[in-house]
Amino acid sequence: MAQVELRNVRKTYPGSAAEVIKGVDVSVGDGEFLVLLGPSGCGKSTLLRMVAGLESISSGDAVIDGKTVNQLEPKDRNIAMVFQNYALYPHMSVFDNMAYGLKVAGLPKAEIAQRVGEAAEMLELTPYLERKPRALSGGQRQRVAMGRAIVRKPAAFLFDEPLSNLDAKLRTSMRMQIKQLQRRLGVTSLYVTHDQVEAMTLADRIMILNQGVVEQIGTPMEVYSQPASLFVAAFIGAPGMNFMDGTVSGGGHAVTLKTGEVLSLGSGAVASAQDGREVTLGIRPEHFALTPEGDGAHLTLTADYIEQLGADTLVHGKFGTGMLVVRVAGERSVAEGDKLALTATPEHLHLFDRESGRRIG
Amino acid sequence: MIETRQTGRLIAHFLLIVAVIAMGFPLYYTFIASTHTSSEILSPPLSMLPGSNIAGAYGLALTKGASSAGNVSMTLMLWNSLVMALAIAIGKIVISMLSAYAIVFFRFPLRLVCFWMIFITLMLPVEVRIVPTYQVIVSLGLLDTYAGLTVPLMASATATFLFRQFFLTIPDELVEAARLDGAGAMRFFKDILLPLSRTNIAALFVVTFIYGWTQYLWPLLVTTDPAMGTIIVALKKMVNFSDADTPWDAVMATAILALLPPVAVIVGMQKLFVKGLVETEK
Repeated sequence: MAQVELRNVRKTYPGSAAEVIKGVDVSVGDGEFLVLLGPSGCGKSTLLRMVAGLESISSGDAVIDGKTVNQLEPKDRNIAMVFQNYALYPHMSVFDNMAYGLKVAGLPKAEIAQRVGEAAEMLELTPYLERKPRALSGGQRQRVAMGRAIVRKPAAFLFDEPLSNLDAKLRTSMRMQIKQLQRRLGVTSLYVTHDQVEAMTLADRIMILNQGVVEQIGTPMEVYSQPASLFVAAFIGAPGMNFMDGTVSGGGHAVTLKTGEVLSLGSGAVASAQDGREVTLGIRPEHFALTPEGDGAHLTLTADYIEQLGADTLVHGKFGTGMLVVRVAGERSVAEGDKLALTATPEHLHLFDRESGRRIG
Repeated sequence: MIETRQTGRLIAHFLLIVAVIAMGFPLYYTFIASTHTSSEILSPPLSMLPGSNIAGAYGLALTKGASSAGNVSMTLMLWNSLVMALAIAIGKIVISMLSAYAIVFFRFPLRLVCFWMIFITLMLPVEVRIVPTYQVIVSLGLLDTYAGLTVPLMASATATFLFRQFFLTIPDELVEAARLDGAGAMRFFKDILLPLSRTNIAALFVVTFIYGWTQYLWPLLVTTDPAMGTIIVALKKMVNFSDADTPWDAVMATAILALLPPVAVIVGMQKLFVKGLVETEK
């Protein structure tokens, strides 16, 4: 139970000039669940491994529980890590897998047995303690890996994509278990994933990384409704946000799209947005509303391709030079070639600077 | 290949039986010969059934041997061979495992150079370096010692390479998990690497034991005292140019005796093989 802090942490691999982590500052509160989210190669795993001590820190500090741990061996950092492929010792029983770290640390046998017993109970692994990992299912192996972390009673849990080897259904249930367990134990957790659903459901706060730079740190809802940059806006949400190029008009109260349509930004005028400023307008597929033909419609879309998901239907259509995706209720029947008249409420419009990609307003 | 038709099955069985006879007959005949007296062996045809001289032949071999081999008992020769084969097998495994461990898991300067140095020695067979090696052993005063018999044959590039390849298949995450669990270098080796290498060790033990057991040229060179000889060398020495001076019954008995330990090792290790193969699946 402790804070984990990163202070201007940077990483350069020896023999290469490129920085992989370009100065990350974040403070994870006691008992907080922080998810590190980003595409492959964004540096999220490297960052986690730097906290674990499996990678060196080129500059900056990692602080766990008020103590700078840069120079400490992984075992002395008071952390526990859960790996993607579980990394269980194949020749040891479930009990020995969980107990190994404690044995090495030289704890008395009775205490080891008690701690492992408790963890096994919590994870419903008690009937499997004598089995070898190969005799377990993927979900059970993952739970053993969790158990190995729990028995150490660490200051922080580090998860490195722990669910990506499981099938979709199991992933959902394990996700819930991890969250409940973390709540119950109240252990500060850092969790690396590229799966935005995992990030949204597990996190207290999400940190979105892109090429070694932090794009945004915020609660799941903040990240969804107030994306700080085009990158975040595109990364969060499925299907992704629609983007259209335009210029600010109407004294900062509207955006004129390249295709000629004018979308009102409502009363929430953007102070910094001067008329004529080049912007990218973003709107999520679920934030379009259908209106009867012509009735104050902002855009008209011809349905090209339709995906029925059951609860929702996704309508893809050409708009200007690009494509738009609109999410409509599943019961509304849409056919290819249909013309949809759409409106967009001002509060759901996102404006980004065309050059920097940062959010405006 | 499973043949279901009757004729196909018959042909397959016939071929298998022929192969078994071709392989087994010389062994059987050697055994038969070891139960007859020397004069019976020398006056063909030799019976296909065991004779009555079994105690005589094995007794002679185990106690006196043959005059051409220095009249040393084969019990001693068996013991020498066993010591040599075991020392070579264990020594090879220990040395090659440790060097492979260093090469794979530690980052030190000239790591690759070290690996290639070891690898290059594969190109030089014992025979090529036998004279200088002999010179070294003589200078160290190791003629007629177990050390002289075994040490020069211990280092093994092949085994090092084998272990290196196996260690490379161990996932990085397993190594990292052990680091997080606080296992140091020796602890990791003992608790994780060693148990995981069990199958490889068993396989290598069989191969190197037989390699050590069947050594001929090297023991012939470094031992002059008949009491330090190995059973293979002794077996060769027992056979004389003239049949009359060769105690063929004892020779046959010695041949059978020389076969038994390697066979025992293979049979014993086979169980571990199978067990290891079934168990250590990752």
